[in-house]
Amino acid sequence: MSLALWKDRLDYQSLLLGSVVLITCVALALAYQLTREPIRLALEQDLLNSFSRVLPDALYDNDLLTSQAVIERDGRPLTWYQARLDGEVTAVVFPITAQGYAGNIEMLLAIEANGDIAGVRVLVHQETPGLGDKIEEARDPWITEFSGTSLSNPPSALWGVKKDGGHFDQFTGATITPRVIVREIHRSLEFFTRQQAVFLTPLAEPDLSTSSEEAQEVSDD
Amino acid sequence: MTDYSRLAKDGLWSNNMVFAQMLALCPVMAVTATATNGLGMGLATLFVLVGANLIISSIRHLISQAIRIPVYIVIIATLVTLTDMLINAFAYELYKVLGLFIALIVVNCAILGRAEAFASKNTVWTSFVDSVMMGIGLTWALVAIGGFREILGSGTLFANADLLLGERFGFLEITLIPDYPGFLILLLPPGGFIAVGFLLVLKRWIDRKVETRAQKATPAADPQEA
Repeated sequence: MSLALWKDRLDYQSLLLGSVVLITCVALALAYQLTREPIRLALEQDLLNSFSRVLPDALYDNDLLTSQAVIERDGRPLTWYQARLDGEVTAVVFPITAQGYAGNIEMLLAIEANGDIAGVRVLVHQETPGLGDKIEEARDPWITEFSGTSLSNPPSALWGVKKDGGHFDQFTGATITPRVIVREIHRSLEFFTRQQAVFLTPLAEPDLSTSSEEAQEVSDD
Repeated sequence: MTDYSRLAKDGLWSNNMVFAQMLALCPVMAVTATATNGLGMGLATLFVLVGANLIISSIRHLISQAIRIPVYIVIIATLVTLTDMLINAFAYELYKVLGLFIALIVVNCAILGRAEAFASKNTVWTSFVDSVMMGIGLTWALVAIGGFREILGSGTLFANADLLLGERFGFLEITLIPDYPGFLILLLPPGGFIAVGFLLVLKRWIDRKVETRAQKATPAADPQEA
């Protein structure tokens, strides 16, 4: 049969490999279109869930996802979210990162307008199971100790773990993890104080979000 | 019929991906800190394996010998990416646990191994049966290793099963040893090697028991017949 002969020809082989790649690309493009929206919604929902863990519901009545802005921190853009109640700024929420014992510790920090911490939670980390992972709220209430603290409470000199003469507990067998978290939260409070003017100015509501989206689509075309 | 039972026996036990072929060890070590993770990873791999075997066996006559490996890899990589996107979109909680490891299925040589050793030489139907059996074999192996590490490492079994299977399966979550202090090394990567080692010993031991029993049975049966 001719197929057996064809199979050894270079043009058949290139064509075959090309068609396989083309078909798989089409399949991937279709799947991407199908899953793009659900993935976006899942990420959004995930972010909202994280917000509700650091920020009491009673503190805001606006849609946090739409009242976001970008500010520069340590030379990098930082997306932050503003919580408002009856138009008054009540709190700001932004992600912070500490260099942990085993990679980055991603956290979400909410600071009330008066400078008190509303809440802080660890979102992603790779700390040692059983030792450093007590920073997760599900495993240990340690991370909730930060709620209500501020730059002056405890005083700045005491913003450290007890082993370093500070106010906060460390874990048995894991000092580095709590130490970097305390330090990063303290740095973030200082950052908030420096940028207070920006953070506490009410952001302009996106009046007609639909029209701005349309405008974007037109410009895309 | 015996052909299918041989395929089943191969995939589930005697030629098991993990305990006999010793393939796929990268995802095995990485995800099996809990039985639930093992189950999720096993099912995702099963899906990719079945898809790859179906596609490759159905176009096996068209594929030239010279370019078969790149064709297999493109097909497998596509299936893995599809799985990744689907889990991300429709099982986000699970994705947060397994997401990092789903891409690892691409480098799971067992899938390429099945494509090369079986699907490229057999009909679509037998390749399907083979991939299902191999996939189930891999899944139970992952669950066994995960269960071993989870029970001894953190004193629970099937923790977070509701994230994988939905709320209805929350009953699977068992705390076997309350206030268990934890046995850290089993949860860390070395624990994966230790667990695979012990389970491998167990499998070989069972195999030998079965073998010696069969040997004893055969001479005993002969004089009766004679």
